[in-house]
Amino acid sequence: MEPILIIVFLPLIAAIVAGVGNRIIGNTAAKVITTGALFISAGLSWPIFLSYLNGVAAPEVVPVLQWVKSGALTFDWELRVDALTAVMLVVINSVSALVHLYSWGYMEDDPDQPRFFSYLSLFTFAMLMLVTAENLVQMFFGWEGVGLASYLLIGYYFRKPSASAAAIKAFVVNRVGDLGFMLGIFGTFLVFQTTSIPEILEAAPGMSGATIGFLGMRLYTMDILCILLFIGAMGKSAQLFLHTWLPDAMEGPTPVSALIHAATMVTAGVFMLCRLSPMFETAPTALMIVTVIGAATCFFAATIGTTQWDIKRVIAYSTCSQLGYMFFAAGVGAYGVAMFHLFTHAFFKALLFLGAGSVIHAMHHEQDMRYYGGLRKEIPITFWAMLIGTLAITGLGVYHLGVGMAGFWSKDAILEVAYARGTPISAMSFWLGVGAALMTSFYSWRLMFLTFWGKPRWIESEHIQHSVHKTPEEAGEDTTGGYHPHESPWVMLVPLILLSIGAVFAGQVFQSGFLDDAEFWDGAIFYNEDLIHAMHAVPYWVKYSAFVVMVLGFAGAYYAYMVKPDVPAKFVARFGWLHKFVFNKWYFDELYDRIFVKPAFWFGRQFWKLGDIGTIDRFGPNGVAWLVARGSVAAKAIQSGYLYTYALIMLLGLIAAVTYVLL
Amino acid sequence: MNEFIGIEHFLVVGAILFVLGVLGIFINRKNVIVILMSVELILLAVNINLVAFSAHMGDLVGQVFAMLVLTVAAAEAAIGLAILVIYYRGRGTIAVDDVNRMKG
Repeated sequence: MEPILIIVFLPLIAAIVAGVGNRIIGNTAAKVITTGALFISAGLSWPIFLSYLNGVAAPEVVPVLQWVKSGALTFDWELRVDALTAVMLVVINSVSALVHLYSWGYMEDDPDQPRFFSYLSLFTFAMLMLVTAENLVQMFFGWEGVGLASYLLIGYYFRKPSASAAAIKAFVVNRVGDLGFMLGIFGTFLVFQTTSIPEILEAAPGMSGATIGFLGMRLYTMDILCILLFIGAMGKSAQLFLHTWLPDAMEGPTPVSALIHAATMVTAGVFMLCRLSPMFETAPTALMIVTVIGAATCFFAATIGTTQWDIKRVIAYSTCSQLGYMFFAAGVGAYGVAMFHLFTHAFFKALLFLGAGSVIHAMHHEQDMRYYGGLRKEIPITFWAMLIGTLAITGLGVYHLGVGMAGFWSKDAILEVAYARGTPISAMSFWLGVGAALMTSFYSWRLMFLTFWGKPRWIESEHIQHSVHKTPEEAGEDTTGGYHPHESPWVMLVPLILLSIGAVFAGQVFQSGFLDDAEFWDGAIFYNEDLIHAMHAVPYWVKYSAFVVMVLGFAGAYYAYMVKPDVPAKFVARFGWLHKFVFNKWYFDELYDRIFVKPAFWFGRQFWKLGDIGTIDRFGPNGVAWLVARGSVAAKAIQSGYLYTYALIMLLGLIAAVTYVLL
Repeated sequence: MNEFIGIEHFLVVGAILFVLGVLGIFINRKNVIVILMSVELILLAVNINLVAFSAHMGDLVGQVFAMLVLTVAAAEAAIGLAILVIYYRGRGTIAVDDVNRMKG
């Protein structure tokens, strides 16, 4: 049996067993089955990845089932394994296995654990379906599967109205993107008469320059198809204009945020772009849009990240921003670099999220960083893990020494390649990327300083007050309120340690394979060799720009939150309008509420009141019921109960019958 | 048959009896027994018609039917009166205006 079949279907089986068995098999059994399945999958994934890295494996296709055969529309259910898939397999299965393990500790007191673990495994299966897709329809299946799992997990605490609302929001916003994706698939089939990805990619260069009628305009076929597909990617990967669901998705349990909304699902858009990279290469306008949107998201999300107080939201905006990096890397044509950042980002962002989860766990479910402080000594292992994650995301590393954390290799490569591309758009994205790197460093260190340094401010948190049964007044001088944060159990710390190792070494070890090795990719993505050479040949100031802004960001955060803690308040007082604008997320939610949500509700209410109640109910069920009621009142009048009335009616009936017969 | 008294006269008598019976049912608001008697009248009107036609057409079947109707009428009267007795025991009245328990 092919290992890929085991890798893909083991999580599904585990999800079914845990989900259907639920309370019958109990918590421990469900956890063991799902976690065990994921560790087996992860264990089988690494050899596949390493064999591609060493260049000993060739791309292969493993058939599963015949699926659809209808005229020209023919496709089968087949698992495709190549270098690109291998990278995703490793990312998905490793992070998922660690998140499963971590959840043993994090979800320990939860009453619905089998459900949670079943959803997690189901998500993993859908994500594996997505990355092993041989044709676009199969990819769409996985695409929707992860959307479903994401919806279920965001709304996992469904008794909480805000969690339900966030789940619905995530689903609806993704629908907008999925519409684009679906139109893209339909259009691709229309143009190429096939949904098989290799066949499309083979035929794509021949279509460059062809035009198609769309909405009454004559447009380049490949541009329009790629833009539609990219809209799908924007929805899933929370890019600007369709990003609003991602911060709200933090309503889900923290392990979910780490797995789905940081490491895997949100990177599906980047994966799709890379998978279809030969197709996108024939669509210069679409690539330009990808670059602009990616760079804009990367900058925009970073600005918001600098102002948020909720620890998970800061990391969520950080994720959004890092996804922007990946997109503009793909947009300038460096798909390998985008995949490399996806790979390293998965490690350090999952690490940051799980670390944040550990902090939240220690702080009695308080998520507001204003009420943290001084946690460095209380939860040392979490602190060190978060420190490593922060160093990795800010991109600590020195070019001339050739050493650096994961983020150093991938983020710097993105900035360099954007510079090396040399078009105005890529230059703009380079500068936006540098700006975002500055803010990344600032908000990451801000998070660290607020959480782990300074004096404890715990007693102001309602969660802590609730825990120690004290008000801030009662606690007086002791701002800890007598609360003792406890380090998380080992099941939570082990994933942190393993991911820390990944966050430190993933860049260093794999950079040559991902960036320089055309043979590693072996045609799985479009590989622009000249661009990579140009990337290595950029001036030194470009290579050090990310390092400089990282130090500046660190210095800024150190000054504002350690040296002079009153600086942020002064800044807010001075630039109130700016802070308000950024703190309120550029008013995107309010804008969408006005433009889309309110009118949609209004329409819904009109259809309900006028259509449903006013027409269908009124003349339908209610009308018939009214008729029957009135009719029976009239009929009742005849039933006087007096004998002579009945006799009269009988007589009249008789007369009528006789008259009829005689006439 | 007498030449002064033809079939028409018998039919007129029958019709008068029938209408009397019908009116007896509707106009009477007093007593259920009167209704029973009115029903007898209606049946008798029918009998007169049957016998008259039987004599007029020389066919005995009509008279046989008249005998049958008489029998049925007797049985009906017996059962009707029996019901009335039971009803009176139960409700203490057989006034028509009080018998409206079937009111809808």
